[in-house]
Amino acid sequence: MLSFLLRRAGLMIVILFFVSIIVFSLVNVLPGDPALMILGQEATDESLEALREDMGLNDPLVMQYFAWVGDLLQGDFGQSFRDNTEVSSLLAEKIPITLQLTVMSFAIAVLIAIPAGVISATRKGTLWDSSATLFALSGVSLPPFWLGILLIFIFAVTLGWFPPSGYVPITESVAQSLWYMLLPAVALGVRLSAELTRMLRSSLLEVLGSDYIRTGYAKGLLERAVVYGHALRNSILPVITVSALQFAAFLGGTVITEEIFNIPGLGQLLVTSIQTRDFPVLQGAVMFMALAVILINFLTDVLYSILDPRIKLTGGSQ
Amino acid sequence: MKNTSEEYQLQVRGLEVGFNNKKNFTQILNGVSFNVQKGETLCIVGESGCGKSLTSLSIMGLLPESGGIRSGEIRFEGQDLTNQSMKEMSKIRGNEISMIFQEPMTSLNPVHTVGKQIAEAVRIHRNVTKKEAYERVVEMFELVGIPSPRERVHNYPHEMSGGMRQRVMIAMALACNPKLLIADEPTTALDVTIQAQILDLLNELKADLDMSIVMITHDLGVVSEMGDQVLVMYAGEVIEYTDSRSLFDNPKHPYTQGLIESIPKLQGKTEELPVIKGSVPNPDEMPSGCRFSTRCAFAKQECFVQSPEEVGTEDHPVRCWMYSGEWQKMTPFEGGESNDNSSSEAVDRQPIRD
Repeated sequence: MLSFLLRRAGLMIVILFFVSIIVFSLVNVLPGDPALMILGQEATDESLEALREDMGLNDPLVMQYFAWVGDLLQGDFGQSFRDNTEVSSLLAEKIPITLQLTVMSFAIAVLIAIPAGVISATRKGTLWDSSATLFALSGVSLPPFWLGILLIFIFAVTLGWFPPSGYVPITESVAQSLWYMLLPAVALGVRLSAELTRMLRSSLLEVLGSDYIRTGYAKGLLERAVVYGHALRNSILPVITVSALQFAAFLGGTVITEEIFNIPGLGQLLVTSIQTRDFPVLQGAVMFMALAVILINFLTDVLYSILDPRIKLTGGSQ
Repeated sequence: MKNTSEEYQLQVRGLEVGFNNKKNFTQILNGVSFNVQKGETLCIVGESGCGKSLTSLSIMGLLPESGGIRSGEIRFEGQDLTNQSMKEMSKIRGNEISMIFQEPMTSLNPVHTVGKQIAEAVRIHRNVTKKEAYERVVEMFELVGIPSPRERVHNYPHEMSGGMRQRVMIAMALACNPKLLIADEPTTALDVTIQAQILDLLNELKADLDMSIVMITHDLGVVSEMGDQVLVMYAGEVIEYTDSRSLFDNPKHPYTQGLIESIPKLQGKTEELPVIKGSVPNPDEMPSGCRFSTRCAFAKQECFVQSPEEVGTEDHPVRCWMYSGEWQKMTPFEGGESNDNSSSEAVDRQPIRD
């Protein structure tokens, strides 16, 4: 276990190092001049030049990179080009919002996917199964932004049950916050639940045909106990793999949904920082996402070993 | 056999089982009947695809979804199991009738400790606490000869060898003192030395726990070791049924004779082992006459047309024309062409008669 942790930690440092190079390079090949963005079209060449100098944009790229990484290592993400706010405080403000959205949509997805997957696998070939399959198929086919707009139109505009957009921090009012976030969470969660339902169905069907399931029945268990006590845990691993990938993707990639529902999360921050060539913010946000992906993968591996005792966390390669 | 049904532990009558696929019913078991007396071991022998496992799964009520019992009855202590509900069956399974399977490697759930899986079986049928259930597991582990049982209960299946896992399966099956144990090729997947250990263990436990055993096997060695009675099955039918002594001393059906001859012998030189040519016909392509006719070296023309009845004595019924009165009057079969599977080599065998 210890060697596993050490190995993973070492690997994480290496990956983050490469990510930092890639992020920095990509950001700097973006066309557009941050100084121009800040001062506007009417700015004189002299003032632009002075600002560039001041921001360190005239230094060689390698120097700029090392200055940035050096600061990063000290926990300093730099300041936004636009208003000099600390990138770290910007991230600290946006991450919880996106995290809340991600967690809520996952909760919705799992609440739908587990019963739907179990029913459609255990009642294979029945109307239940066909309905679940239809749901899964349509869920995967509906783009979240379209579903989002549809939800706003039905539940916010027509019925008026939910606010059409906006965000209330969870620290202000838990109920309000959940209320505002529900529609976007559903828009994201339905698609995810559809995907997980399909995964769970096929994986569960495979497990239900295995010998130890027959053993379960042979010792006198009823179907319910066999499915929930024996089959589910064995069939959940591929579902977890997909979930983990999606979770990481959601943390950085709910841009469109955030835009539609006007949620000031990480996605919006990312888009704005690209539009305004706000390099420090952009780099900071992408570095956070990379870190999130790595951490989630790590947690997934730990979860695997807990769920399936045959999987051992070892330091060496398999 | 003058016993009334209550004296039998298990009585199977005219069992017909098959599978539903796309609206037609493929029948696999064709009128299987046998009895198991209390404290007796019945061996069911036959090649793969003869319906041995299907018979055992029918008794357990564990037929796959597409499978079904079309007719016949399975009486356990006089009570017909074929019309029990799922719930009633689950009270019998693992409690009064237990089963162990061929594959100890895959028959245990890999994500739970073996102790937990057996304790679960105990707790379904007995009103005991978790701790008492685990005590029972330790007791069972001692009984089936698992060393340091107190530590072993916390092992996962993958931490045990095949032989140990089969012992675990036996411990699980016997944890609730069943009256009938169905063992479906319990030793097939094991090393030869471990096989002998497991068979000895089963024989010992049978005597200690006073239970009946239905042993499914394709290995006549197992029959000689375990069987009181032997049921030989071929292509879903019972073709010979007798006690194990008579079966080895006086096998009647050509199929049984073939099975016995194909066992390697220690004495004498054997150039080549006799084999029964061909394989069990598909359920869809059953010969219209005797089901063994296509592979039988003695088959006469009538054999291919008409299915034989059960003949022979009450203690030793056999399904073969050879033992019926008409055999002498039947027309010898000529021309090996339509006799597709058996070839001239198979004719070397002579009928073993007393």
